[in-house]
Amino acid sequence: MTDAAAARATSALPDLPRDDVGPVFREPWEAQAFAIALSLHERGLFTWTEWAAALADEIKRAQACGDPDDGTTYYRHWLATLEKLVAAKGVVTLEDQHRYRDAWDHAADRTPHGSPIELRPEDFRPS
Amino acid sequence: MTEHDHHHHDHSELSETELRVRALETILTEKGYVDPAALDAIIQAYETKIGPHNGARVVAKAWSDPAFRQFLLEDASKAVGTLGHVSRVGDHLVAVENTPTRHNMVVCTLCSCYPWEMLGLPPVWYKAAPYRSRAVKDPRGVLADFGVSLPRETEIRVWDSTAETRFLVLPMRPEGTDGWNEPQLAELVTRDSMIGTGFPKRPGASS
Repeated sequence: MTDAAAARATSALPDLPRDDVGPVFREPWEAQAFAIALSLHERGLFTWTEWAAALADEIKRAQACGDPDDGTTYYRHWLATLEKLVAAKGVVTLEDQHRYRDAWDHAADRTPHGSPIELRPEDFRPS
Repeated sequence: MTEHDHHHHDHSELSETELRVRALETILTEKGYVDPAALDAIIQAYETKIGPHNGARVVAKAWSDPAFRQFLLEDASKAVGTLGHVSRVGDHLVAVENTPTRHNMVVCTLCSCYPWEMLGLPPVWYKAAPYRSRAVKDPRGVLADFGVSLPRETEIRVWDSTAETRFLVLPMRPEGTDGWNEPQLAELVTRDSMIGTGFPKRPGASS
C-alpha cells in the first residue's frame, strides 16, 4: 500500500529527489516529513496537485530570498509547505506548531544523552 | 548545516528541522490525522534510501587499501571525507577494528548518535532499552541472541556512543576473498557487521 501511495506521489511530483526506484532522502527527518505528507494525502487532506502548487509557491519564495536551487533544500521547502498547509486547512494552527516545537526543544534539553527523548506535559510552558 | 555546530556534553539535542518535524508529528498524531505506526512503516520502507549509506564502501576500501585502513583508524571522519562524502555528523566518527582477539560492538539508544549516513536508519532493536542495558552487562548474551558466537578468549569491547562521538565497527575481512575488488567486498558488508552484532557475509553464501 505504501508502495502504491508513494508511486502516486513520485509521479505527481516531478522534482521529488529520487533514484531509479523511488524517493531518496538525505537525512532521516526528510523521510519523516515525506511520510507525514503521504499519510495526510492518503487521508484526503489534499490532492497532489494542490500540494505541488503550494510547494512551488514555497520554493519560489525561497529562491527569491537566495535559496541555492540545487535540490539540497527540497525537503526544507517540503516541511514549510506542510506546516503552512495544515494551518491553512485549519488542522493545526501555526501557534500550536510553535508551542510543540518549543516543548520538544525543552524535552531534548532535559533529557540526558543516551535516553530516548519523550515529550511530557511540563515541557509545555504556559503561554 | 549549522544546526549541529554547537554541541553540549550532558543532554540531548535536536536540530531545528528535527524539532519542527517532531512537533508536527506529535500534534497530528494527537488529533488523529496520522498514525505513528503507519509513519514508521513508510520510513522503514525507505530504510536503504536515507543518507549516502556508504559504510560498506568504507569497510571494503579499508580491507583493500592498507593506507586507507590506517587513515580510517587514526581519523575516521577525515578518511571517510576523502571518499567525497561531506557530512556534518561525520566530524565525530571513530572506527574500531575487530581482530582475532577483540570484537567490538556499539550501543546507544538515540538515533541521533547513530552513524546513519553510513549505515542507514538504526534497526528497531538498536533503539530499544533492553539492547542498550544488556549490551553493556552481558555482551556475550546479546551476541548469542544475534547468533554470533565468539571464542571464549576473544575480548568483547562495548562502545557507548556519545553526543560527540559515534562508532563504526571495522569487521574482519572474510577468508576466501583474495583478489576481490572493492565493490565485490562491499557486497559482503552487512549493517549488523558494522554495529558489531553480526559478521560480514561469507563468500558464496546467499544474501
